[in-house]
Amino acid sequence: MTAQVRFRDLTLGYDRHPAVHHLDGAVPRGALMAVVGPNGAGKSTLFKGIVGALAPLAGKIDLCGLKTRDIAYLPQAADLDRAFPISVYDLVAMGLWRQTGLFGRIGARAGEQVHRALAAVGLTGFEQRPIGSLSGGQMQRVLFARLLLQDARLIVLDEPFTAIDSQTAADLLAVVRRWHAEERTVVAALHDLDLVKAHFPEVLLLAREPVAWGAAADVLTPDNLRKARHMCEAFDEAAAECAA
Amino acid sequence: MLYSTLIAPFTEFEFMRRALAGILALALGAGPVGVFLMLRRMSLMGDAMSHAILPGAAAGFLLAGLNLFALTAGGLIAGLAVAALAGLVARTTELKEDAALAAFFLVSLALGVTIVSLRGSNIDLLHFLFGSVLALDDRTLVLIAAISSLSLIVLALIWRPLVLECVDPGFLRSVSRAGAPAHMAFLALVVLNLVGAFHALGTLLAVGLMMLPAAVARFWARDVSAMIAIAIATGIASGIVGLLLSFHAGLPAGPAVILTAGALYVGSVVFGRVGGLARRLAPRRHLEA
Repeated sequence: MTAQVRFRDLTLGYDRHPAVHHLDGAVPRGALMAVVGPNGAGKSTLFKGIVGALAPLAGKIDLCGLKTRDIAYLPQAADLDRAFPISVYDLVAMGLWRQTGLFGRIGARAGEQVHRALAAVGLTGFEQRPIGSLSGGQMQRVLFARLLLQDARLIVLDEPFTAIDSQTAADLLAVVRRWHAEERTVVAALHDLDLVKAHFPEVLLLAREPVAWGAAADVLTPDNLRKARHMCEAFDEAAAECAA
Repeated sequence: MLYSTLIAPFTEFEFMRRALAGILALALGAGPVGVFLMLRRMSLMGDAMSHAILPGAAAGFLLAGLNLFALTAGGLIAGLAVAALAGLVARTTELKEDAALAAFFLVSLALGVTIVSLRGSNIDLLHFLFGSVLALDDRTLVLIAAISSLSLIVLALIWRPLVLECVDPGFLRSVSRAGAPAHMAFLALVVLNLVGAFHALGTLLAVGLMMLPAAVARFWARDVSAMIAIAIATGIASGIVGLLLSFHAGLPAGPAVILTAGALYVGSVVFGRVGGLARRLAPRRHLEA
């Protein structure tokens, strides 16, 4: 197994309080991995660490040679200004940044790629719509189309299927499975355990501390899930310094 | 009749031609900058920055009198310094950028008026606050034209990161490091255009040719390029109509230009195709799908 992302005694957090505590292990190259755990378990924090938006309090994240631009990241709540007057086509085309850079022209070939990406998420015909006119599910489809064009080796999805209907979730899951077939590494935070069991071979159960990590069937046991639920969510202002 | 009303003032009087040329150049540069300020929800920041250049220009006046170079350099330095300081305070303390700017520009305005009064007369003060669009000399015109040319070139260069930084700054950070430099370059353009407009319209009205056309454009277009075209057209129309009004009715020229832009704004609020009041109050029948 070749690793794509390796965590070495990783602690991430805010103001010295750990949100992910002493995580060790590696995500294999080409893995399709779900990160599950209660709200506040550190899933989003872990992802921010992976994409470099948050520096570790201790330990290391080794991206095994990947650069920032090789990683595509879908945050839980994208800080996207939906009121900005930009068309679906233009927003999705930004996924081609690696090809076009600051000044590159978006020519006929690139235009074809944008149309194919929109078709893949079921949004053919939406090219000229302003993003402000889209529904929540359509917006999520647009963001997936942009992820498709980013052509990234590592794709990090923070709760991609939350608050969207089952049809949209199914369509977007098909895109995720396509990435897996193309041997890209996909890491996704999810809450729907049935969906995880059905489609995600590898699972990390996180509750600030890593509770279990491995094959879905071994990780998602009643015993492990109970342990994860009992995690203490609140930061302790009077906590002593961690000795480990 | 039509000729003598609309054309003759410009063909017969050089100061009218100069004023027109100055306003046309300002509209070309300030229009697009204003559209981006509005889209980034920084409209009031333009206003704050226009006040912030006053003490710099006033210090230049104190040192060298009404000298184009001294006023421009002073204004630029003060404007850029306030932009940088406000950004610094916002990033290092709990104060948000708008509050930090408000603090700096109020102090700047008071300081500027004080400095001008130290040496100059009330006429000088009026020149600083409201400009003298009917007395633009060659060098000032060249300066204003240079500023708008530079603005258009720089905007073309930073267009993509600037748009993306408005829509989805998180995504821009993940693909490129161009966000921060583009933001800085844009702020520099804001200051430059305000300093250019300051010579023609004074600190209090300089921001008018920047924000009013942008606000008008928002009511007529749904995409950025069209907004910019409309903003420039609005600025130019305000310039022509405002100067003619001032000529025939004996109004002060700078305020007449801004008032014309204001009238276009009110018209757009009422009749605008995109979210105007008339459309709200008398909506057309809904469509089938």
